[in-house]
Amino acid sequence: MELVFALAIGTLTASGVYLLLRARTFPVVVGLTLLSYGVNLFLFSTGRLATGAQPIIGSTEGYTDPLPQALVLTAIVIGFAMTAFVVVLSLRSLADHDDDHVNGDQPSSEPDSTASEKREGHDQ
Amino acid sequence: MNQWLIAPILIPLLGGILQVFMGYAPISLRRTLALATTVLLLVATIVLLLLANDGQYRLYAFGNWQPPFGIVLVLDRLAALMLVLTGVLALFSHLFSLGGYDEGNRQFHGLFLFQLMGLNIAFLTGDLFNLFVAFEVLLIASYGLLMHGGGTARTIPGLHYVVLNLVGSALFLISVGMIYSVTGTLNMADLALRIPDLQGADLELVKAGGLMLLVVFGLKAAILPLSFWLPRAYARASAPVAALFAVMTKVGVYAILRVYLLVFGDHAGPLANLGMDWLFPLALVTLAMGVIGALGAQSLKTLVAWQVVISVGTLLAPIALGSNAGISAALFYLLSTTWTVAGLFLLSELVASQRGSAGDRIVTAPPMQNRTLLSVFFLVGAVAAAGLPPLSGFFSKVLILQSVTSGPEMAWLWGILLVGSFFTVIAYSRAGSIVFWRTVGGHIEDPPRLGGEVRAATGALVALSVIIVAFAGPINEYTDATAAQLQDRQGYVQILQTPMVQEDN
Repeated sequence: MELVFALAIGTLTASGVYLLLRARTFPVVVGLTLLSYGVNLFLFSTGRLATGAQPIIGSTEGYTDPLPQALVLTAIVIGFAMTAFVVVLSLRSLADHDDDHVNGDQPSSEPDSTASEKREGHDQ
Repeated sequence: MNQWLIAPILIPLLGGILQVFMGYAPISLRRTLALATTVLLLVATIVLLLLANDGQYRLYAFGNWQPPFGIVLVLDRLAALMLVLTGVLALFSHLFSLGGYDEGNRQFHGLFLFQLMGLNIAFLTGDLFNLFVAFEVLLIASYGLLMHGGGTARTIPGLHYVVLNLVGSALFLISVGMIYSVTGTLNMADLALRIPDLQGADLELVKAGGLMLLVVFGLKAAILPLSFWLPRAYARASAPVAALFAVMTKVGVYAILRVYLLVFGDHAGPLANLGMDWLFPLALVTLAMGVIGALGAQSLKTLVAWQVVISVGTLLAPIALGSNAGISAALFYLLSTTWTVAGLFLLSELVASQRGSAGDRIVTAPPMQNRTLLSVFFLVGAVAAAGLPPLSGFFSKVLILQSVTSGPEMAWLWGILLVGSFFTVIAYSRAGSIVFWRTVGGHIEDPPRLGGEVRAATGALVALSVIIVAFAGPINEYTDATAAQLQDRQGYVQILQTPMVQEDN
């Protein structure tokens, strides 16, 4: 179980970091989401993985640490609100700059001109 | 248990909630209530400063849970100092915003107060996870404030700021998780007790967690490889927001002081002074980088934003060396630099408003209105920021220079700090002489009149550098006592023994 869990966290985090380093806002938002999933799972595992155990002492033979679960819950709520905010901000940036590049405009001039031509064509 | 400790959190929280529901109330009523909240907050923080001045630790345990099981607020001299620093800064930034800068967004006052709440939680908390929550509270309010009244110029720096801080939050959670998985506690006092006894693989986990935590705090404080977001974001923010943000980097510095002195201090066995040998060179490089940025700044706000980077470097260098005198000097400099930088941000906005289309760019323009008043403010602010006598910047830099014991560190710190200060003076004189003296013909069409609030707020923040000099003796005594209290780990750990409130029956 530990190995599967660790691989899941690793895959989520690696994909999240990869997407974060893309230069478009949509992949960045998805990357942030995946990263926060990975982090939440990691935080959950800090209380050690146990199956069939309750977070209450005395109810079953083994018990599991309730604190990481509380921490994960807090982290999920905060992460969710922040993701919603980044989505709105990305839309605002797209509306302001007509482009979803994280710097607001294309770094090189050539794709920029084709993009604007396309846009003009679309308008007609 | 001391109930007063909750006041700096409750006051802005209640005031902020009131503002949320009053979005459509007349603006004069909203302004009065918002300013009253900030004044009340400042009074509460001063009461706490007087309480903390006896050197005792005071504790407030939420829900009467005995630490380390519940969340605690801890008041000591450092926390009280940071609270008053923020309270004073908040009052004048808020006063400035009443000069028309709070228009354009109905929730400005609410966000401003929630930001203060987040800052105050961060300064008071005695729990690592609660520190994370405080960071999130102050960050989400700051995202809103950064966008305030923006237009398109603020979207991109805002997006960078938000994404970067979300990555920082993820790193914070990972490091908190690593530390928790080994120690089973996140209460700072309890951590300080447990970390010296760690061995083997556990030690390496906590070491990795602790160093990642330093990266997170470094991102908040804007230490060099993590500081490139700052100038663009701060230079584009509206003036009262930028002034309040002068304390945001100091939250990172505060967190480093608190966590690394208490948890990874001299007593921490194999993990003693974790990361501090990294911090010292990075702080010096940050300082040098800030000076280079200030020299190349194209506008007054960018110049002041780079001054924020300079002050972070200057603050962290003596903190990384960790001597009592160094920490005391850094705290003295912290007071001086935060207020001065905030005053300069406000001043840049006033200058921009009086120069028509030239704005705050460092170019020649037709003569501005109110030039005498603004140039005097600039002179005082620049002298204090660059560290020329006789203002507070000079005294705090002298204290920092005196605090280093001789050795290679001394050579590096003296060299970079003195050469850096020299070039900062050049940067300010270049900016000041072009903006205020070198004018071209023509005149500015109807510049907006400077209201009483904005004059008073800017003048007061700049004048604080004179007041700090006048009260340098008592302030220095206080920072000395703070440094001594910070080094005394036993005192902080004692809060675990504080008796809880008993039921009456």
